[in-house]
Amino acid sequence: MRATLGVFWDRLMEQRWLLPLLVAVGLALAFAIPQFRLVNNYVQLVMILAGINIILATSLNLVNGYMGEFSLAHAGFMAVGAYTSVLLTLHVFPVAAYPGLFHLSVLAGGLVSALLGLLVAIPSFKVRGDYLAIITLAFLMIVKSALENIDVIGGPRGISGIPRLTTLPLVFCWTVALVWLLRNFVYSSFGRGVLAIREDEIASELMSVDTKRVKVLAFMLSAFCAGIAGALFAHLLQFISPRVFDIVKTTEILIMVYLGGIASIGGSIIGATLYTILLEVLRPSTVAGLLSWLPAVVFDPLNEHFIRHLGVLRMIIMPLLLVLVMLYWPRGIMGMRDFRGFIPLRDRLAHRAATPRGPTRNGTADSH
Amino acid sequence: MSEVSIYWLQQVLNALQLSSIYALIALGYSMVYGILTMINFAHGDVFMVGAFLCFLAATLLDLPFVPTLLLTMTGAALLGVLIERLAYKPLRNAPRVSAIITALGVGLFLENLTLAFYPYPQNVPTLIENINWDLGGVSLSSLQLIIISLSLTLMLVLDYVVQRTPVGMAMRAISWDKTYVPLMGVPVDLIISITFAIGAALAGAAGTMYALAYPVIDPYMGIMVGWKAFIAAVVGGIGNMRGAMIGAFILGGVEIMVVAVLPSTYRDLVVFSLLLALIVIRPHGILGQPRVQKV
Repeated sequence: MRATLGVFWDRLMEQRWLLPLLVAVGLALAFAIPQFRLVNNYVQLVMILAGINIILATSLNLVNGYMGEFSLAHAGFMAVGAYTSVLLTLHVFPVAAYPGLFHLSVLAGGLVSALLGLLVAIPSFKVRGDYLAIITLAFLMIVKSALENIDVIGGPRGISGIPRLTTLPLVFCWTVALVWLLRNFVYSSFGRGVLAIREDEIASELMSVDTKRVKVLAFMLSAFCAGIAGALFAHLLQFISPRVFDIVKTTEILIMVYLGGIASIGGSIIGATLYTILLEVLRPSTVAGLLSWLPAVVFDPLNEHFIRHLGVLRMIIMPLLLVLVMLYWPRGIMGMRDFRGFIPLRDRLAHRAATPRGPTRNGTADSH
Repeated sequence: MSEVSIYWLQQVLNALQLSSIYALIALGYSMVYGILTMINFAHGDVFMVGAFLCFLAATLLDLPFVPTLLLTMTGAALLGVLIERLAYKPLRNAPRVSAIITALGVGLFLENLTLAFYPYPQNVPTLIENINWDLGGVSLSSLQLIIISLSLTLMLVLDYVVQRTPVGMAMRAISWDKTYVPLMGVPVDLIISITFAIGAALAGAAGTMYALAYPVIDPYMGIMVGWKAFIAAVVGGIGNMRGAMIGAFILGGVEIMVVAVLPSTYRDLVVFSLLLALIVIRPHGILGQPRVQKV
């Protein structure tokens, strides 16, 4: 019985129509949910957040997982995208006058962020490992500090009164498009170059990988996605300030990436979704709601001593989770593996004959 | 002396006070990097815990300055060893990135744990009687004198320990080579723990002094100060202890001078831009040796 199910599952996973079908169903749902109010606003908000987090995690995985660098700049790119798009929607294309041009400002946020990605990519030609991590950190701090010092855009107070333009179908489309883009990049010859750089930069250079070009493309693509995510995030939150995009935000994205597993698009999707849901489930009101069926004798002390403090507790639990994942589960949920549907057919056929692809963890992300 | 030179002399004194705190923290980063080639991103938060231990000792136990300092240093040292044993030791042979991420996680954990107990900034009581000496227009407070002289003493003691004692010799040996040194009978685990204990104790001392000099403390104070101290370590050449001290004095000087010339909000911008420029131009820092990459 189990074997038959397994065969069925394998067959199902290899159907070419599976992924397009899933996307089509998702798209239909994304439009139907707000239209017919299938779920309440809170669940919808969580779904939007999950979409944004998926964009952030997959794009950071490109640099931190596939390329084996350690970038801390992702929140900085988000900030650039958010500020650019917000300034455009507020001052250049007012929503009342040009409702359709909001998409243009989101795109502009991504593009400006990609340009700044170039700034991080250039030092990465010479510097790797810990020092590149420091450069990305310095970039994050400089972005934050610069935004705090420009008084025209609110300085440390930030910008409020942003129209809420981020909707579920919009986020769904961006998420699918960017994940598709990243997946295609990873399995293109540039993607092979990215993997080669992770394993051995000098050897890949000798094997005629244009390492500079690959690095520039990877950093810019990653920054572009982060910029888009930042723009969507800003028009969801309706308020941004430099403090929203600090090192804590980067750490959150890192947790998603490493929980899901490095060098795995599917892993990042799972990691981001799981993290978003976990963060919401651990809210006091949610847990109290979930456990309200318990008799009062059990519920009241539980509520008094545990559930009410969850707001603080979850902030302690989350970093602890990151440490525990690194200690006991360093490969994360799907480290170095991926959904079969994401892997191109030619690769699947090539790997079927060979032994299952073993991860080469030795030397991964190690700067010699 | 003229007005202008008195003003600048005063700034130099302020820079010395800030730099000596940075130097104590930077030493911890540099020692750990020297031995494990690992950036201990949780170090800034050990400093923060040190400041809170000082606050606890001063308010709950009503201790005077010297016992508070000793208690804080001991507590921080224990915390440092605990973090090393529980979080870093299992990852010693894992990819380098795992240890960095774990360190970030530990730091965030310490911050949020402290936040759970103290959600609001706390005021640290004065432990040192404030006396101001007037040296020809430049004022020197008793607190400044204690901070500067105590840090210098601690640094001299550390320099002696590393250069002249068997423990220091073992530390230098491990940072030189990790394959053959253990075969020579050097207890690697013990020496690494001692390194963490010393580094954390210095951070604890820095926390105490910081809490006394800038008496409003909050759980996130370790992030910025920690990063600054880390920059100081990189500027001096990470892994090199004298470099860490020099880097700290350069950084403290730059910070105070930036604030003296520009609006104070530009401080971080200038400091981090400086770091970026330095890493691109001279990645191994002022005293560090460039590592040769063999193919």
